[in-house]
Amino acid sequence: MAVNELQSTRKPPISQIGAVLWLRTNLFSSWINGFLTLASLYLLYIAIPPLLDWMFLSANFNFGTVNILGFDIKFSEVMADNDSCGREAACWPFIYEKLYMFIYGFYPREEVWRPDVFYGLTALLIVIVRLVRNYKYKNRVILSMIVTYPIVSYILIAGGFGLLPVVETHQWGGLLLTLIIASVGIIISFPIGVVLALGRQSDLRVIKLFSTLFIEFIRGVPLITILFMASFVLPLFLESGANFDKLLRALIGIALFQAAYFAEVVRGGLQAIPKGQYEAADSIGLSYFQKNVLIILPQALKISIPNIVGSSISLFKDTTLVLIIGLMDMLAMVNMTSQDIYWLGRETEGYVFVTMVFWVILYSMSRYSRKLEIRFNTENIN
Amino acid sequence: MTTENNASNIIEISELNKWYGDFHALKNINMNVKEGEIIVVCGPSGSGKSTLIRCVNFLEKFQEGGILVDGTELTDDAQKIRKIRSEVAMVFQHFNLFPHLSIVDNLTLAPIWVHNETKEESREKALKLLDRVGIKDQAEKYPNQLSGGQQQRVAIARSLCTTPKIMLFDEPTSALDPEMISEVLDVMVELAREGITMICVTHEMGFAKKVANRIIFMDEGQIVEENDPEQFFKNPESDRLKLFLKQILTH
Ligand SMILES: Nc1ncnc2c1ncn2[C@@H]1O[C@H](COP(=O)(O)OP(=O)(O)O)[C@@H](O)[C@H]1O
Ligand SMILES: [Mg+2]
Repeated sequence: MAVNELQSTRKPPISQIGAVLWLRTNLFSSWINGFLTLASLYLLYIAIPPLLDWMFLSANFNFGTVNILGFDIKFSEVMADNDSCGREAACWPFIYEKLYMFIYGFYPREEVWRPDVFYGLTALLIVIVRLVRNYKYKNRVILSMIVTYPIVSYILIAGGFGLLPVVETHQWGGLLLTLIIASVGIIISFPIGVVLALGRQSDLRVIKLFSTLFIEFIRGVPLITILFMASFVLPLFLESGANFDKLLRALIGIALFQAAYFAEVVRGGLQAIPKGQYEAADSIGLSYFQKNVLIILPQALKISIPNIVGSSISLFKDTTLVLIIGLMDMLAMVNMTSQDIYWLGRETEGYVFVTMVFWVILYSMSRYSRKLEIRFNTENIN
Repeated sequence: MTTENNASNIIEISELNKWYGDFHALKNINMNVKEGEIIVVCGPSGSGKSTLIRCVNFLEKFQEGGILVDGTELTDDAQKIRKIRSEVAMVFQHFNLFPHLSIVDNLTLAPIWVHNETKEESREKALKLLDRVGIKDQAEKYPNQLSGGQQQRVAIARSLCTTPKIMLFDEPTSALDPEMISEVLDVMVELAREGITMICVTHEMGFAKKVANRIIFMDEGQIVEENDPEQFFKNPESDRLKLFLKQILTH
């Protein structure tokens, strides 16, 4: 019998590792690929420097003296106005002056602490969700927050109940309104989506048919039409008629819209659960409700988390459509603020600013979803 | 085939017919099981063995005939089905443990949610059962941290947790690596000797010889032959059974 000696390990040939390999496989793997690489570099070269110049190098940062967290920071002697800013580059003092509207809309200035506490709570909530690692706790923390956060936020922002002065919904605006629409939309639509997903898998024909029709109808029309319907058609069916709050109408429309998308995401998760799980749950005598709540949904939702976050990101972007029915979200504020006769013609700054705010929020969400996805893919414990 | 109406029959299946669409999967099945009896069901793949035992706890609906389990007639009534399922436990080929729950939580689920037991008493009982199937030290682990044989023993413990009168096994060892088969069969033999009623679909003929009171041979949706173990192997009557025995005993 032949016995082979143990071989020592070697490094791969030099042409197969490092920067050279990376360049060759990713950027110059063929003539066409190489050409596209060079063309893209050229496009970046003609686009990026002027943009950087407009946003930073030639831009006007004369905010005057700004108080940040109790410190007076002096940017310039006086704040620039529309005339002293040039037209060739960004005039950031415009954003600075209108910042209140971008963040709070027409919320009364003397009550501004309330949205501030709301923002603080939201940030705290995100930190808590990210810090609590233990699973059992995490579910409990998230669950209790899903219940308390909307209630606390509502009392805080809307007031009433004899606790705080009422602030009417038409005074809400800017980022505040964007966040409210997105988070209420997501929180309300999620349970509806889960029920619809289960309904679509149901053995009961009527429920299955209703769920399927609802989901396919909603998914077959653009959000704008649903918003219009919620805004103009819904009041026809309601007693209070036109007095019915405009924001509430939009929220109903958005919640129904998003529910249909969540339903499809959750259905994807449900379909990944092996038949054996249903059979085992049935065979030990669990009821339909127990089977779904204890066995099927915990597994299905967990698989769906990345897609749930993805779908929430889409909704977040879609909330900008509410400006069509006259709600003053962050994007609508661009139009609003640039109609100020002292700041005419500063839409560009507004759009760039709003774009960046959206990008920061959405990019963080998508990074988070990517992280979750990686964690669930590698995690085999439960 | 005898269908005498014996009071000690815990399962009575009469004139059972089942179709999947147009496909006639079970044809005129008559079968009685006495309390404490151990029945082994065998037959070629696709002969309807799984379908038959899945009808007994109503995992499959059937179109004709009747099944009486411990005096309760199987109907569509959800209440009755749950009652029967709490008396009839099932062990599956692929274990079907709940992967998101720890081993002990897999066991205590039905006692807590179906039988309204407290967490403490069901946990105590679960640990005893895990001890009995030899995996008490794995109680806090999750199913996919265990080997196939261990998982199947957990599945058996889970089905025992509600103290069923009847156990159904659907090829409990055929998804296992050869070296793990005996650890599961040992648990089953022990159960059989304790007097629980069992219907077991398996091709483990050693197990059948050791504990079965009767062996049933199925083919093409019918019961072709049934006999006590000795006669079953010594004097098979039908050609199909002779062929089947030749195939599985030589292999
Ligand atoms: N859900 C189903 N739909 C349609 N046909 C089925 C279904 N389940 C089983 N069958 C068919 O019924 C027959 C019996 O199946 P089964 O009881 O699983 O056989 P066995 O367990 O003896 O291998 C097979 O021909 C199988 O293809
Ligand atoms: Mg089978």
